[in-house]
Amino acid sequence: MVAVRATLRRDLVLRMRGRSEVLNPLVFFALVITLFPLGISPDPTLLATIAPGLLWVAALLAALLSLDGVFRGDFEDGSLEQLLLSPQPLAALALSKVAVHWLLTGLPLALMAPLLGIMLSLPAGSYGVLALSLALGSASLSLIGAIGAALTVGLSRGGVLLSLLVLPLYIPVLIFGAGAVQAAIQGGGVAAHLAILGALLAAALIFAPFAIAASLRISING
Amino acid sequence: MWAFIHKLGSPKGFYAISARWLTPLWLAAAALILIGGTWGLAFSPADYQQGDSFRIIYVHVPAAFLAQSIFVAMAAAGFVFMVWKIKLADMAAAMMAPLGAGMTFVALFSGAVWGVPTWGTWWQWDARLTSMLILFFLYIGVIALRGAFASRDGGARAASVLAMVGVINIPIIKYSVEWWYTLHQPATFSITSKPAMPAAMWLPLLLMVLGFYCFFIAVTLMRTRSEILRRESSKRWVRALVEEQR
Amino acid sequence: MAFDSLSAFLAMGGYAPYVWSAYGATAALLLGVGWHARAERRRVLRDLKRRIRRERYQAGAANNTTEEGPRR
Repeated sequence: MVAVRATLRRDLVLRMRGRSEVLNPLVFFALVITLFPLGISPDPTLLATIAPGLLWVAALLAALLSLDGVFRGDFEDGSLEQLLLSPQPLAALALSKVAVHWLLTGLPLALMAPLLGIMLSLPAGSYGVLALSLALGSASLSLIGAIGAALTVGLSRGGVLLSLLVLPLYIPVLIFGAGAVQAAIQGGGVAAHLAILGALLAAALIFAPFAIAASLRISING
Repeated sequence: MWAFIHKLGSPKGFYAISARWLTPLWLAAAALILIGGTWGLAFSPADYQQGDSFRIIYVHVPAAFLAQSIFVAMAAAGFVFMVWKIKLADMAAAMMAPLGAGMTFVALFSGAVWGVPTWGTWWQWDARLTSMLILFFLYIGVIALRGAFASRDGGARAASVLAMVGVINIPIIKYSVEWWYTLHQPATFSITSKPAMPAAMWLPLLLMVLGFYCFFIAVTLMRTRSEILRRESSKRWVRALVEEQR
Repeated sequence: MAFDSLSAFLAMGGYAPYVWSAYGATAALLLGVGWHARAERRRVLRDLKRRIRRERYQAGAANNTTEEGPRR
């Protein structure tokens, strides 16, 4: 437990020092959202209908963008090897790394999304659901994505491969996340969607740490 | 019995034993596919709604079945490889991945072609076609990941983990896509859900499905045997075997 | 028999391009994969034979030089 807390603190400090890594996904998110009205049409009714999906897809891609960095730095300076050698369970340490990724990527994206929702004239009353669904969903995204990041961390050109591996696995989260926002707009039951997102998160929390630990061992030991 | 299984697990024993299975499997695959194919193409009655375009079912459904089964088989082989370190399982997994991707592509292609007379469009975001497409991406990911590793063992283990992660996700993806589809497209009818087919319609389908499975097993067996020779090429028994062959 | 004549069979009730292209793609895949498996096996065996022959030749050549060695 002490080791987990130490890893958490170390990673948080490290990430906060390199501010651009934290800010880049947020800027990317805002930029992509800006492109859509320019590419499609500034018509508010049209934008409002596609806004839930747009916001979710853009946030998903922004989270994907930062995924390669979850283990990359630690791999290059050798501290990942130290983690593997430490007596603490690797799954728990990996989980704390994923938690840091979510805290500094998923959560800020979720908090920023309502702002971009206003710009896409998302109907009122769905902002809370948007932020909540993104916060819940992006935690699953971080967990699933970390498996891919751990598998590709040893490869020199892992970035493109990472998105190929991870994006298909993101689809259920995307469907229910965007579905929650859509349900909120149409006045349907939001609770069911959020419950499924929660269930996906719970399943990911159970399985992903072990898959991440196994993948890290493969990447380090060849 | 136990000794037999043990012998099967070693490349040399497997090579010797599987030689006997190859010919029957190829014959069964050829016979089943030829009979099922001609029956489906020429003898089974046309569908009352879709007419003769319905005959695409006899290649679309077996290909789709096989595409899903191969992924599960690949993940199972990966599991065996990771847990018991049986190299043979990984060889089989590596050999079946391209065939699975090919089957997924054929299922997608025949589905798209079937879509033109049925829906009037090449592509419809139908639940089955969409999950087939995602399965295709999963296959490409597994194949690409294996190829990206410099060491064979690293690539094998990484591909095994990804296949297992994928197979856990496939049912979730399938259900979420189906749920999404019912939400957005309630009106159109799905191409392969028929209430009750007469025997003359489903029997050839059954033959085709069985034939495709035999074909898959035969190809995987044959390619795994080649892979054994390739990987064990410096072993003495391979030498002796090659000497014998000439 | 669901068709009256060969031309009716080939026409597939007006769906000929769709039915035949779907069957054609499937047949191409099955035949291609089967042929590839066969070619792969032949290639592996041929390479192995070649390698064994080469190694034997080299071993023979090495023996000759050691035999000739003392004479020089």
